[in-house]
Amino acid sequence: MMIIALSKDIMQIIREQDVVPFRNRVKENAVKIKMSLLNQTKLITAASELVRNMLKYAGGGQTIIEIITKERLTGIRLTFADQGPGIPDIQQAMKDGYSTGKSLGLGLPGAKRLVNEFAITSEKGKGTTVIIIKWTNG
Amino acid sequence: MDKIPILRMGHFLLVTIQVDLYDQLALNLESDLVQMVNKTQAKGVLIDISAVSIVDSFMGRIIGNIASMSRILDAQTVVVGMQPAVAITLIELGLPLTGVHTALNVERGMTLLKEKILIGDYDEDDETGDDDNSAE
Repeated sequence: MMIIALSKDIMQIIREQDVVPFRNRVKENAVKIKMSLLNQTKLITAASELVRNMLKYAGGGQTIIEIITKERLTGIRLTFADQGPGIPDIQQAMKDGYSTGKSLGLGLPGAKRLVNEFAITSEKGKGTTVIIIKWTNG
Repeated sequence: MDKIPILRMGHFLLVTIQVDLYDQLALNLESDLVQMVNKTQAKGVLIDISAVSIVDSFMGRIIGNIASMSRILDAQTVVVGMQPAVAITLIELGLPLTGVHTALNVERGMTLLKEKILIGDYDEDDETGDDDNSAE
């Protein structure tokens, strides 16, 4: 049941222009493990939502792209870690249509729907970390 | 600064998005397009997104905005060429793009735009007719 990381790619996101190279890097990794086009699209879309949140609410942060295996599964794990203000009420932030900004409020719940595993931890004043996993055939 | 070109063809404006958009680029496209609609008095806007590999909630919102803003300026918007994977992802994300006309390809998109504009003209004539009657 253990997850083993086969490769690890770290990217800093500080400006909006960093988003496109980041998305491309995610895609390269997904192509490497022969993820279907649909799953690639879902993963990259989820990544795009999360990276935008990081830029908007925390002024950027660090992303980690990993190729992982668990038993017979292969997939991509993405980590988004920021040192922003944190999310006071995660349950509320995970609801569709909730936004403190002027967005549609689809970012977090939408991203969760697009991936196989989604974990979020946040501490007020310290930052937020979101980890998502998309399996090749998930 | 990158820019997405907007082509004018008769009453229509054509936009082909060939690069992956970052947020500012999408925002610029939105304001450029709306200004072009106003300046050229275009009746229709056709946006080809066949080369766009992902549409997230921000891009989706921009597309919706362009359609609503153009409608207020009396122009119809049709989005064409969406990749199937993008369509599936948009729905799962929770963004059904209601209020945006879509077509499978540029050709069908043009036909749809022409139909919409014809119907629009007919309605206008109808209304003026009614006005004349009430004046009498």
